[in-house]
Amino acid sequence: MDDTSLGIWGVPLAMLAGAIRVSTPFIFVSIGECLTERSGRINLGLEGTLVMGAMSAYGVALMSGSPWLGVLVAAMVGLLLGALHAGICQLPRVNDIATGIGLMLFGTGLAFFLGKPFIQPKAPNLGAIDLGWWSSIPQVRQALQVNYLFVIGIILAFALAWALKNTRWGLIVRLAGESVDAALAIGASVNRVRLIATSIGGAFAGIGGAFLSLYYPGSWNEGLSSGQGLMAVALVIFARWDPVRCLWASLLFGAAGAISPALQSVGITQGYYLFSAAPYVLTLALMIATCSPERSLRGAPGELGAVK
Amino acid sequence: MFNEFTIGRRALLGGAAGTAAFGLAATANAQKPMVVGFIYVGPRDDYGYNQAHAEAAAILKKMPGVKIVEEEKVPETVAVEKSMESMINLDGATLIFPTSFGYFDPHMLKMAAKFPKVQFRHCGGLWTEGKHPVNTGSYFGYIDEAQYLSGIVAGSTTKSGKLGFVAAKPIPQVLRNINAFTLGAQSVNPKITTQAIFTGDWALPVKEAEATNSMVAQGVDVVTCHVDSPKVVIETAERAGIFTCGYHCNQAKLAPKGYLTGAEWNWERIYVDMVEAMKKGQAPGNFVRGGLKEGYVRSSAYGPAVSAAAREKTDAAKAAILSGSLSIYKGALKDNKGNTVIPAGASYVITEPKLEGMNYLVEGVIGATS
Repeated sequence: MDDTSLGIWGVPLAMLAGAIRVSTPFIFVSIGECLTERSGRINLGLEGTLVMGAMSAYGVALMSGSPWLGVLVAAMVGLLLGALHAGICQLPRVNDIATGIGLMLFGTGLAFFLGKPFIQPKAPNLGAIDLGWWSSIPQVRQALQVNYLFVIGIILAFALAWALKNTRWGLIVRLAGESVDAALAIGASVNRVRLIATSIGGAFAGIGGAFLSLYYPGSWNEGLSSGQGLMAVALVIFARWDPVRCLWASLLFGAAGAISPALQSVGITQGYYLFSAAPYVLTLALMIATCSPERSLRGAPGELGAVK
Repeated sequence: MFNEFTIGRRALLGGAAGTAAFGLAATANAQKPMVVGFIYVGPRDDYGYNQAHAEAAAILKKMPGVKIVEEEKVPETVAVEKSMESMINLDGATLIFPTSFGYFDPHMLKMAAKFPKVQFRHCGGLWTEGKHPVNTGSYFGYIDEAQYLSGIVAGSTTKSGKLGFVAAKPIPQVLRNINAFTLGAQSVNPKITTQAIFTGDWALPVKEAEATNSMVAQGVDVVTCHVDSPKVVIETAERAGIFTCGYHCNQAKLAPKGYLTGAEWNWERIYVDMVEAMKKGQAPGNFVRGGLKEGYVRSSAYGPAVSAAAREKTDAAKAAILSGSLSIYKGALKDNKGNTVIPAGASYVITEPKLEGMNYLVEGVIGATS
């Protein structure tokens, strides 16, 4: 009976599997937000974009039969919501934090309204790549079922980090975020840069939503996101505005989220409420450990801030 | 998560036209259809708790002379009072079913005092004579009887001897289900264990999927759940290729291969009885409880993976429960910490009030209540 069980070794394996399964929406939203914030704007509305992306991807996949078309539409919806945020923020005396909160509520509300008919039916799911073919242990095989979007997310994180550092385009984005004056001096249109960066950031968040509804957990309902978009925005600060660190932070968050069910499944059953809070405790602990009165918020774009 | 911010259409209308409509409602008389109000805490089509109620409401709709008004996604706050008030004032409802646990106290009790001529019947609340108004009441089903039957099917089907239970919170109703499911399986093979995982809340899709997957990794091959919408658990388990038992309503469509059976509510029995009583001019029952025998709960039809032997065993146990010769909770019963919770020789009927305060998991359940 016990040949199927790995005992306590199941916990790190489950955390690895959890990191792979749960982290993808965090990766996409945090990378998107990272890009937006590097251009000097905060988009708190990504929670709404995530939920809209999830709903539209599910709806389109259901009606067309093609999950990848769903992902594409989710990205388009995210792009539009991002552009909307950027457009509103360009107007004089508009606060991007308040606009973001407004768009978050708008996005979730609209998704719930339009998503009503999609709660019941079953849409086709995105497939997975089986990276565990070499193993005879079913748990390892199960853990290494990797979705394409997860791989794309990892590539995007490194690509964005490289582009921000090494390309002219990346330089202009960073300049718009660090100093509007300097950007204007080299002839870049700050508003246009931010419009593009916010729109692309929104598109990433939309894809993250598509992952939620089309792969894991893989169905559309109104409790689907339960605040993941907001946590991902917070992860960007935690990751000090670096796309690659956003990736690590997302993986860490996914793994921490898997602790509670993993420990319960191997029979460590005491204190699961505490373990359920593990991702948040972890964030707090790392924030406290890495902050310092001398060099607070290193890496923060200069133009970024609630008070301007 | 932003339910607090949405303002229902009814609430808006209620504020604007409440006073004007009060006079109209008062002139409604016997020729008009009887209006019954249903209030749900979540979406009506969640493959779960709310859908079970909404399906029963849809059956009431077909009764002649009955009009149904429904409102979904009403939070357990003062919002439900507004919903009830507008159902009474605008729609002329004379019987109201607030179906979620948190509606009972204080919201429904407050409205019952304000509208003494309207009947309120709440799902799951503990109505006490003398303490609560006479125009209120509560109804509930002993669904652990159906869970026991699911346990027998699961116990006959499992190969690894490990069952899984994704649960929301360790409250008595949930613990009764976990224990009944386990006891049913142990009636087939006493060595069977049930792995219980608590997610911490009623609707956390990612956690529910994660819990299901980590049980699959531990060799669990039949899983069931007690969360608001079992859809995610059932679909995840089907994808992982293991068997499932449903909860709340029939989820066979979500798992055509692995769905064994399920514990379902059968609210229409209660609702039809209550509406018929009202039409005769009587007040519906104040404290209505029942299980398989009363027809308030039922099992889903067996899935293709259920063996003939398992069907036979389950049908026999069902017949024994119906005749009253089988008691699910009987001594000597130990909890999973080794304490005796039901002494040897004792046997509880399903209505036993001690069971309503269950705070333990029986031997063979891997999990803790805190």
